[in-house]
Amino acid sequence: MSATQVQETEKPQFYLTEDHHPENSTNLGFWLYLMSDCLIFAVLFATHGVLGRNYAAGPSPADLFDLNLVAINTALLLFSSITYGFAMLQMERGAKMETLVWLGITGLFGAAFLAVEIYEFHHLIAEGAGPTRSAFLSSFFTLVGTHGLHVTFGLIWLVTLMVQVSKRGLIPENRRRLMCLSMFWHFLDVIWIGVFSFVYLLGVLG
Amino acid sequence: MFGDISLTQFIFGRLTWEAIPYHEPILVVTFAVVALGGLAILGLITKFKLWGYLWNEWFTSVDHKKIGIMYIILAIIMLLRGFADAIMMRIQQAIAFNGNEGYLNPHHYDQIFTAHGVIMIFFVAMPFVTGFMNYVVPLQIGARDVSFPFLNNFSFWMTTAGAVIIMMSLFVGEFARTGWLAYPPLSGADYSPGVGVDYYIWGLQVAGVGTTLSGINLIATIVKMRAPGMTFMKMPIFTWTSLCTNILIVATFPILTATLALLSLDRYVDTNFFTNDLGGNPMMYINLIWIWGHPEVYILVLPAFGIFSEVVATFSGKRLFGYASMVYATCVIMILSYLVWLHHFFTMGSGASVNAFFGITTMIISIPTGAKMFNWLFTMYRGRIRYEVPMLWTIGFMVTFVIGGMTGVMLAIPPADFVLHNSLFLIAHFHNVIIGGVLFGLMAGVVYWFPKAFGYKLDPFWGKMSFWFWQIGFFFAFMPLYVLGLMGVTRRVSQFEDPSLQIWFIIAAFGAALIAIGIASFIIQLVVSYLKRDQLRCDTGDPWNGRTLEWSTSSPPPDYNFAFTPVVHDHDSWYDMKNRGYERPLEGFKPIHMPKNTGTGVILSGISIVLAFALIWYIWWLAAVAFIALIAVSIAHTFNYDRDFFIPAETVTATEDARTKLLAERT
Repeated sequence: MSATQVQETEKPQFYLTEDHHPENSTNLGFWLYLMSDCLIFAVLFATHGVLGRNYAAGPSPADLFDLNLVAINTALLLFSSITYGFAMLQMERGAKMETLVWLGITGLFGAAFLAVEIYEFHHLIAEGAGPTRSAFLSSFFTLVGTHGLHVTFGLIWLVTLMVQVSKRGLIPENRRRLMCLSMFWHFLDVIWIGVFSFVYLLGVLG
Repeated sequence: MFGDISLTQFIFGRLTWEAIPYHEPILVVTFAVVALGGLAILGLITKFKLWGYLWNEWFTSVDHKKIGIMYIILAIIMLLRGFADAIMMRIQQAIAFNGNEGYLNPHHYDQIFTAHGVIMIFFVAMPFVTGFMNYVVPLQIGARDVSFPFLNNFSFWMTTAGAVIIMMSLFVGEFARTGWLAYPPLSGADYSPGVGVDYYIWGLQVAGVGTTLSGINLIATIVKMRAPGMTFMKMPIFTWTSLCTNILIVATFPILTATLALLSLDRYVDTNFFTNDLGGNPMMYINLIWIWGHPEVYILVLPAFGIFSEVVATFSGKRLFGYASMVYATCVIMILSYLVWLHHFFTMGSGASVNAFFGITTMIISIPTGAKMFNWLFTMYRGRIRYEVPMLWTIGFMVTFVIGGMTGVMLAIPPADFVLHNSLFLIAHFHNVIIGGVLFGLMAGVVYWFPKAFGYKLDPFWGKMSFWFWQIGFFFAFMPLYVLGLMGVTRRVSQFEDPSLQIWFIIAAFGAALIAIGIASFIIQLVVSYLKRDQLRCDTGDPWNGRTLEWSTSSPPPDYNFAFTPVVHDHDSWYDMKNRGYERPLEGFKPIHMPKNTGTGVILSGISIVLAFALIWYIWWLAAVAFIALIAVSIAHTFNYDRDFFIPAETVTATEDARTKLLAERT
């Protein structure tokens, strides 16, 4: 150390004597995770973009998709996002019961969405239009199925959080977790809008 | 799937005694050595009653420093495995001429070159780089840990699980015979029906989870946890390159995950993404995998550039020349790395315009890289250069890497690439940049930061031996491959017809032998330094007259890194502090808030190995059990709200007083 040198300038402060609390990184970290997940969907969308017309002499979207059913499904998921928003408003108010009720309703919408999706998949496979039939169907099932898997995990997470909120109340940890799931849930909504537009609408109409 | 299978098939899937390669003498001997060595290590641990210590202090630790060291240990172990593969290939190619089939049959040889590539990239270079980022970044930015300490431990164990899965393939079943990127349709179910590609897929998928999460963790750490006063343009260069690398990790590893997932769907459930029929498109895979794969090489080399920048400034006794241009160059490389992937397959036939675009973007990358090279040279210019071992690696890098960079620009010219594609010229080129760039950087980093981590320097004699054998061995091993590549010899060939080529392969094998001595010297260096640790000890914590904050702590740093959070005024903040009369605080310590250790990471990693094994061998019941266990353990972990504790002020005072005493004794 060059302690020999005499300082001309005033010595600045080199450390904090008070406790230093860095900003909470959870929001940023979770956003980064969501963006990484978004890239997984980007790959699946790109794959569908490239392979989506390779019917291999099999059925095309116009032959297969029932847009009314998909519209209902879309509505279910969008409503679930709204109800999750209500749950977050109740959380901000500190109302535990109301938060849990709205979370429960969100879960029901999510489960209904999944039920419709499973029905659709089952119907397609029964018609002989399963994921192995053509590259188009492979990419369709994988993209929509990956979204469905995300919703499934969201539901498991939702139930876990409901248990935790009912056990421990709206403590800061649980609020943080509810916030993360909220972002996740809305993110799935945004992805679904892409699926609905590009896979179903453009598939049938384009 | 469950048609009429026997009970054995239900229980064991496709795992039979045939999967154990007892008819391959090389593997049996390897297994014997590994088993005996493993038993000896386990026996020693038990004898010295180290299990509790290892479990409590290391395996379950959420301390970024310990996790960083564990990453690097993993990388060094896997380096030995990856290098064993390399030397086997060099010997085979040196002798397999004139009808001599060599000692490796093609079936075995193909597994070796695949394993070599996979291990060196995913389980040597990646954990090495991640280990350094983990160890150094929080210290350089004045933080006490990373943003998500548990996630950090979990990431490490997932990377380790990936390595374990790859290693299992050596003794149970086989590894992929497809090359390190497993191009379909060769890697599809039709042409690779065995378990090799499945080992490849699940090893990488499990490790990929760890890599992605650690990328997220380190970005959040760098963005949110810098010490007060450290603006982005005051961050140390290594932290800058780490930030860019982690952004690349988060922006590319999900692509690898998704691509491999599509390949596994093709293999497991007969979808048609990359098949030859029913509308599949194998080139889709090759595009996707290189959209990950090209940024991947920058993920590896950027932190190495960061290490060189730190080393050059420290050992020239000067501020880094052109700090701002270094930062911009790093960011430009980060962005451009995403726009060049197609140069890996100009021969796909995408037409002159597309190839020209990707050729030009590739050549443009050499501009910021060249700027960096000049920055390092100008830092050295009129500096007081100390030729310590890290500086030797840096100078060796500058000479070697420039050659690799120039051959890279040659390969970026599409017409030239049509001739050189898949030739040994390419092999020579990327080993030139990966060894000359990444590996030399990591070696410089080991010597540079080792005293920080362990409190004593590495022995310089064996360090110099290691450097010179690596450096000379590299030229002997790879320059012949440039020659062979220009003559048109293709990669991944296990036997040759033309005897005139043999001499070049013999020279290359000689080079590999020199590198083997270089690696041995490195290991000897670790052992000798440990034995001579009392002579090599450096109590000040600042053995090189360093410039960044990590050198302001004791060596090794205390668990909490900094008793008081530093305040930063300049980008060489420790140099600035030393210059302007910083005095170490001696009293007024407060309790420090720290995260608690947890064993969940180890458990999840263990279950992931079981899950991967079950999926590889089609043991569906076990896969289901493991999958449910994975979710159950994860959920159970979230029910633990008691995750932190305070280091009492007395402990902090005692630790700091001990250091004060140590420093006083030295003067």
